[in-house]
Formats: sequence, C-alpha cells, structure tokens
Amino acid sequence: MSQPAPSKFIKGATGDWEVVIGMEIHAQVTSHAKLFSGASAEYGGAPNDHVSLVDAAMPGMLPVINEECVRQAVRTGLGLEAQINLRSIFDRKNYFYPDLPQGYQISQFKHPIVGEGTVIVDVSPSERITVGIERLHLEQDAGKSLHDLSATESHVDLNRSGVALMEIVSKPDMRSAEEARAYVSKLRTILRYIGSCDGNMEQGSLRADVNVSVRRPGEGLGTRCEIKNVNSIRFIGQAIEVEARRQIGILEDGGKIDQETRLFDPGKGETRSMRSKEEAHDYRYFPDPDLLPLEFDQAFVDALKAQLPELPDAKRARFIAEYGLPPYDAGVLVMERASADFFEQTAKGRDAKLAANWVINELFGRLNKEGLDVAQSPVSAAALGAIIDLISSDVISGKIAKDLFEIVWSEGGDPKDIVESRGLKQVTDTGAIEAAVDAVIAANPDKVEQAKAKPTMLGWFVGQVMKQTGGKANPQAVNDLLKQKLGV
Amino acid sequence: MSVDPAVVRRIAHLSRIAVEDKEVERLNGEINAILTFVETLSSVDVAGVEPIASVLPMQMKKRADVVTDGGIVDDILANAPVREDNYFVVPKVVE
Amino acid sequence: MSDLTLLSLAEARDALKSKKISALELTRAHVEAMEAARPLNCFITETPELALAQATQSDAKIARGEAGPLEGLPLGIKDLYCSKGVRTTAASRILGNFTPTYESTVSGNLLRDGAVTLGKLNLDEFAMGSSNETSAFGPVISPWRRKGDPAAKIVPGGSSGGSSAAVAARLCLGATATDTGGSIRQPAAFTGTVGIKPTYGRCSRWGIVAFASSLDQAGPITRTVRDAAIMLRSMAGHDPRDTTSVDAPVPDYEKSMGASLKGRRIGVPKEYRLDGLSAEILALWDQGVAWLKDAGAEIVEISLPHTKYALPTYYIIAPAEASSNLARYDGVRYGIRETGRDIADMYEKTRAKGFGQEVRRRIMIGTYVLSAGYYDAYYVRAQKVRSLIKQDFDTVFAAGVDAVLTPATPSPAFAQGEQGSTDPVEMYLNDVFTVTVNMAGLPGLSVPSGLAANGLPLGLQLIGRPFDEETLFSLAGAIEQAAPKIDYPQAWWRGA
Ligand SMILES: [Mg+2]
Ligand SMILES: [Zn+2]
Repeated sequence: MSQPAPSKFIKGATGDWEVVIGMEIHAQVTSHAKLFSGASAEYGGAPNDHVSLVDAAMPGMLPVINEECVRQAVRTGLGLEAQINLRSIFDRKNYFYPDLPQGYQISQFKHPIVGEGTVIVDVSPSERITVGIERLHLEQDAGKSLHDLSATESHVDLNRSGVALMEIVSKPDMRSAEEARAYVSKLRTILRYIGSCDGNMEQGSLRADVNVSVRRPGEGLGTRCEIKNVNSIRFIGQAIEVEARRQIGILEDGGKIDQETRLFDPGKGETRSMRSKEEAHDYRYFPDPDLLPLEFDQAFVDALKAQLPELPDAKRARFIAEYGLPPYDAGVLVMERASADFFEQTAKGRDAKLAANWVINELFGRLNKEGLDVAQSPVSAAALGAIIDLISSDVISGKIAKDLFEIVWSEGGDPKDIVESRGLKQVTDTGAIEAAVDAVIAANPDKVEQAKAKPTMLGWFVGQVMKQTGGKANPQAVNDLLKQKLGV
Repeated sequence: MSVDPAVVRRIAHLSRIAVEDKEVERLNGEINAILTFVETLSSVDVAGVEPIASVLPMQMKKRADVVTDGGIVDDILANAPVREDNYFVVPKVVE
Repeated sequence: MSDLTLLSLAEARDALKSKKISALELTRAHVEAMEAARPLNCFITETPELALAQATQSDAKIARGEAGPLEGLPLGIKDLYCSKGVRTTAASRILGNFTPTYESTVSGNLLRDGAVTLGKLNLDEFAMGSSNETSAFGPVISPWRRKGDPAAKIVPGGSSGGSSAAVAARLCLGATATDTGGSIRQPAAFTGTVGIKPTYGRCSRWGIVAFASSLDQAGPITRTVRDAAIMLRSMAGHDPRDTTSVDAPVPDYEKSMGASLKGRRIGVPKEYRLDGLSAEILALWDQGVAWLKDAGAEIVEISLPHTKYALPTYYIIAPAEASSNLARYDGVRYGIRETGRDIADMYEKTRAKGFGQEVRRRIMIGTYVLSAGYYDAYYVRAQKVRSLIKQDFDTVFAAGVDAVLTPATPSPAFAQGEQGSTDPVEMYLNDVFTVTVNMAGLPGLSVPSGLAANGLPLGLQLIGRPFDEETLFSLAGAIEQAAPKIDYPQAWWRGA
C-alpha cells in the first residue's frame, strides 16, 4: 500500500484523518437475454413482461447459462488486466426478499470467473494512481419492488430478475472522494470501450456500493461502513465526504464506528443506517447444484483477447506518441471511444494539436452545453476537419473559424462552400489591409503618439483594423504593417 | 455438535418458518438426533479430498444470447395469490 | 378380453398394435380401477376425462398408422411432475391449487410418445419420506397385506408410494417416479414392482419439483422389467433446458432383455452385510447371487469401504439443497399465503402452515448445516465424503465389475405408524442400501425377488456403471425369470 499523502488528509478537530475507500460496482452485462434464461434483458418493458418461468422461479425450473455473458465477463477481466479463471463455480446466496423469486441469488462466491487485476486512474492532470481489483464475478440481478403504489402493499415486477451483472470489487486503494470518482469514471470508460456494460447510471446499469472507513495516518484500517447503491458519480463523491465526516465526528467524540450498511440521501446530504438490512445476515452460500462448474480453455480467452478493441490506456499512450498531444489532452480524448474516434478522423492528415484543441475546446464545449454526446454532434468529423483545413491554409482566421463552426453547427453545410458564399475568406491582399491601416492611423493621431512610447498599444490598433475589415484581414499581415508604419 | 432452543429459533427464523414454543423442544430433540447420526462423518479421513463438484465428468452447455422467452405475463401471474395490474402484490416492504 | 388391467404394459402395447383392443377400452378399464381404488389413496388428482380424450386420439392415431411407442397406454404421473393445466401439488399444502402452465420434459416425452395419463399420484410431501406418510393428502395404503393381519395398513414405501401402489394394484400400466435417496427403488421393493433410477443426467429434471438437485432423478415403476425398459426409453433424453442432462443417444433398452450374462462380472459388496441384517434378507441376497451365477455371470466379492457413511452424508447434502430449493415457496407468486403483520411474518406463517412437519424439519437441518460456522464441518465435509463414496465405485468398475448386486431394503414393508414416530433416523435407515447410488450418480434398479415370511414382497437391487442401464435390464430380466412369480394382491379394496 502507498504512503499516506498529507494532501488528501481531512482536518478534524483533533488532527488529520485519512479516509480509506473500496468499491463494489455492479455493472449490467450488455446482452440480449438474461444470465440464466431466454427472457429479454432490455431495460424497461411492461410489468412482468420480460419474465420467463425460470425468472419467476416456478417449481421445477432450471438455469441455463448465456454464453455471451461469460464472454463479456472474460473480456472485461482482460480489460482490467486481471487473472482469468478457466474454472469457476456458481453459488447460491440464500435470503428471502419478495423481489428475489428463487429465495437465492445465483452468484459466484469462492471461485469467481475473474481474479486480481488493476486499473490505472488519472485523478487530475498531474496525479495518477493504481487501484487494485480484487475480483469480478457474474451474478443475477433481482426484480424491483415498488413501494409507492399503495400505502399498505408493495408491488413486485420481475423484469430485472435474472439480468446478468458483473460485480467488480476493488481493493481499499482510494484515499479521497476525488479518487473514488475518478476510479468509477475510469472503470465506466473501460466497460464502455469493451462494450460489456453501457455504463448508464440513471437506468441502474452501473451501481456502486462504497466502503468507507477513516483512520489516523499510518494506522491500521478502521471499521468500515458500506453505502449501498449510489447511482451517480457526483453522489459517490458526496456520499464519501459526508460519511467520512460523520465517522470522524464520532471518533473524535470518543465513540466507535458500527460496521453497518448505510444509505446515502442526496436530498438531505447525509447517510443513514439501513436498519432493515441489519438483521444478522447468514447467506448460506453453497455451490448451485443445478449448474456444473463453468469451464473454458485458454484458447477461448486468447481469442477474446485478440478481438479486444484498443483500450483507453493504450490509446492515450498512442495519442501522446503518435500525435504529440499533451497527456492531459490525450486523456480527455480517450474518455469515450466515440470521442477518440472522432478526434482521429478529424486529425487524419492534419495538424493533430490543432485538431485536438478544436475537438476538446470547441466541439466538446458545445456538446456539453447542449447535453449531447459525440455521436449526436451536428458537426461531423469531416466538417470539423474541413474547418481546420481552412485555418491551416490561411483561408480564414481562427476567429472566423469559430463563426464558421457556429454556422455549420446550426445550419449544416460544407464549410468550404459557406466560406465562399458568405465571403468569409480572410483578406490577404496587402493593398486593402494597408488602406485600412492608414485610415486607422489617420483617424487616431493621439493614439499613434501613445503607441510610440508604449508598444503594447499595438494590440488596440490591431483590433481597430480587424473591425474595419470585418475580421477578415490576415492578423499577421495587419501586425506587420502596423509595426512598420508606427515604427515600433 | 448439537443445538439448543435458542439455535433452533434462529434456524427457524433463517428458514422463515414460524415455530411455536411447544414445537421448539421437539425440534430440538429431533435435530440433535440427526446431528448425532451424521456425527460419524467427523471420523472420515478427508485430507486431500476435493468436495464433489458434479457426479459426472460433463462440460456445462451454454445457451446462445437470443431472446427466446418472456412476453407471457398471464402465465407468470396465473397462480399469484394476490396480483394487481400485472404486478405481484405483497405486504408493504419497509426499506 | 376379460380384465384389461391384468395386461403388462408390453402386452397391452402389442394388443393395441394388433388392434385386439382399443385404447379407449384399455383406458376405461384403468379409469374404473382407479376410481374403485380410492381407499388406497394412490391419486391426489384423477383426470379421467383427459385420459379418455387422449385414448380417443390414440385410437385415431393407431388407425392412421401413426402410433407412438407408448400409444394409448394408461400411465400415472407422480405429482412432483408439473402437468400443464392440471393441479400439481408435490403432496404439499403450500402449493395450494397450483396449476402449472407448462409440462415437465419427462411427462411431455411420454405424451409425445402417445401415453394416456390417468392422473397425479400421491407421494411423500416434496418427496421427503420413505413410507408415503408425510403427504398432505394423506398416506397411501399398499395393496399388499401381511399374512394373517388384514387390519394393518401397510405402507407402499416412499416417496413414490402412490406410483408403486398404483402399479401393484393394477390401476395403471406404469407410473413415473423420482428417486433422491431411494424413492423409486424402495417403494418398488415394498410393492413387488420394478423400479429403475437411471444414471444422474439420463432424464431431464426440468419441470419436476426439485427436492435435492444433485441427487434427484426421474424413472419409471412398472410390473415387469421389460415394461420399465420401454418406459425409460421414452422418458430419457437430452434436454437443453437442463444443463445436467446428458447429450447422448438413448438406447432401445428393450433390446437388452434376454442378453446373455456369460462373462458378466457381478460384484457383491461385503460392507452391505450390515450388523443385524435379517436372515431373510441375507438368504434373499444369496438366492439372487445363485440365480445370476446360474445364468452364466461370474460373482466377485468387492469392497465399497465408505458405504456406512452414505446415509449420514445424504442427510446433510439432501436437506441442504432442499432448504434452498424450497425457499421459493414463499406465498408471493403461487401457492397458499397466510396473512402476516409484515412481509417476514407473512413468510413465516405461510411456510409454517404450508409445509408439513418432516419438510419443516429437513429445511431447518439444511439451513443449519449451511449456516456460518457450520458449513465446513458439515456440508463441505459431506461433499468430500461423497467424493470418496463415488471413488469406491469407480475403483470397483475399473477392476472390471459390470454391476453390483445388493438387497434393495433392509426389511419388507411395515405398517403405518410403525417407524420414525419417535426418532426420524429410524425411518431414514430404509434407504441404507439405495442412497449410495444417488451419491455416486449411478443407475440402480430394484427387481422383485420373492416374498418375506409375512407375505410381503422383497426386492434385490442392481447397481450399474454410469449410463449402462442396459446391463441392469438384462440382469434384472434374468432375476425376474428365475424368481418365483409374484401374484399381485386381489382387489380387497373394492367395496372396502
Ligand atoms: Mg456485494
Ligand atoms: Zn453483488
């Protein structure tokens, strides 16, 4: 384990505290059908419509495993640089709950399909940590109980019952809410690259159980509390912060932490004990006798490995090496596979740094503002490339390019044609520029005197000339002429 | 090993089976009789023996990822003791 | 023909084929027998209209020359098999009026082959029992009576007691059954019928109410070995809905009838000579050895050293699996529901009322042996001992033994209330010879071999190599030939 980092410490009334965080992420496996039945795994649906006799645990029903879910788990394990276990066992986790029709969840306890691995996480442009993965296992999701349709009853919908989940368990390697957020975000990126989970947190495709404990720097692990089912990256950060504060408060008052399950209430900004789940749990895990051990050979793993797409870490390294991008920019571009692809299409045969700037600042900025993702961008990679070409060949200035981007965004069309038809071409004709320069100088004799004493005034003249030319003058030419005429 | 009435009650609760006081004593005796009967296994030398995983050396067959089931809500709810609007209905569950 | 219920399944099949009788006549005779035998309580649910409709269809198919292998043959279905549109109870209150919307694979295979189904046969609740006394629908009474003791109500064995009694009483030509620790073979032995538990994986478990998944296996109970061979061929086969079912062709078992036993090596395990085993059973066993020897087989003494641990192992593994398999009976999606203060109270009251005493006890034992702190000592250890039990058989078969001969039960049938009322273990000992076979997943067959001094039937058990049911049929056929012919009881229950 790494050394305590004072910059991460939380200041308490009696000194510094270190927060220790581990996470269990439940990621819904991308598949058409459920883990052990042929019913649809699609989100939504009319109540109890995506339900087979197996999912409703009718007497005599038996599970049959979906091979795609196995492939997805192995692919994800490979993406986490993890140990793939060629033999794993499905166990039953026994407990009673109305949305758990069998009275047990089929999961993997002692022998999971994926063992230890690692995730590299960029916490900030200047900080990178490694989070250990303890294991990944396959298991069934439960159904849904609705508690608000009646005052005295709960309504049960089994559509989600039996949907495949991957439970990804990290080691307690995170030391701040920021690190935890970055970890989930990175994990989500990896899952989406692989295509094994869509990462949709609103629909519950990705849920986090967060284990939080605090300790004095350098001491052993404190008692942890598990915050269940936090469903957004922002809430994960908030939940950790308030929970760490709560624990520090108790310890500083001389109390002790009870190991328990808690729920984060984003409205109240607090975590509270889930007493109902506190009843002594004894899940009585044992191997599911309806299922044989899950076995495959190394060739199966190797074939999946060979088909794996380039993953974000490799892509980021390549963007740095191949395009000479700053690591931070490369990191931003690879967050989503679609963004990285968009960038590469835009940058192909062009100034990559200029392309990266345009993609990150103009395009992503605009997409964020409109709440769109890159696949929905009204400006295609080809169009953005064409805009960049117009800049590089001095046909338009950077400022005009922004206007042009705006036009393409809202009206569409070929950037080259737009520049042509709307007369946005940069004025490079020195005669025309000289006339404008002369006019500005003639109109502002006082400013001319000032500029001779204070050369930074030059900028003001440049602005005036650009105004005169409707922004179309080549800024370099304006600069050169002004310098010459003002003698600065 | 043997159980006492407190353990019997705990197992009954874990099993979600209500037990009346008068039953606890009887169950306690019966369960202990069975535990005594199986006690003989503690004398077997199982060092180095793997627990059986399946009686037959068979590979588990897998299903293709195709939606072949569902859309049978009437069948799913046909035997429900209480149902409403295609939901199963249970006494209120408090979270 | 006078009484069509006197025909064996094979005879009835041949008579239908040659159009000497019709499926409708045959079915009517059995429906009449079934209705007259209500004092035996063999059936939980009778479906005479369904049976007659199926028979009419069968006659049409026979006329068109489209008869299936079991066309028009009236059978009984153990009420552990889910029947589409017919109440299925597992002999438990908890299933209430549960009516499946689906047909179990095995009973579906029988229907596919043209069988007529008379109704759902009684059993011990959730197949837990050895005497059919734990059924929520009351005990089954065996058609057999002790010599000079007509008042004693003899048990038909369990859990497939409705199946064995119905077949022995000639209410159906054959019946489906299931065997988790001896539930086909013990009732067959108690009623002078033939029962085979095939190799684990030979029949699909899909649609059969689960008791202990790693042990449960479907099989038939019939009056002759040939009939069992005919029925098993239809019941068996790979089912993609059960991943523990084997994907291998099903042989025509009937063809193995009458095969020569020359050179077959039959093992006789010395550990089965239990202390206190009655002279009668020992004599029966010796007689069986002699019959097989006479038929040309070679007899060898073998050792199955972990035999004595099989029953204790079973009473950990089976309840453990059952405690989990029966968790689904919670009053939410089907079956009875008792009202409660809250959801936990609803569960507890529903399950207390819905499950009988034996089932409640086994669920609790299973819960205990899986619970934290006890799992390794009980469950894991039992699964290790199970490996050793299986290895015992592997060793014997590797040494060239083709099959093993043992008694089927330690005693003939007893009367209601005579066993297990004070100590549950007493009842469990009924399965002492049969349970090893489930532990090792092997095929086991019980064949009638004679009558005890008290006039009740006794059976011998044959144990085979995995998926070698054919050898069991040929050996059992030889014993059947050699053994004194069993006269099934007169129908004393008519007008009782
Ligand atoms: Mg967990
Ligand atoms: Zn989980």
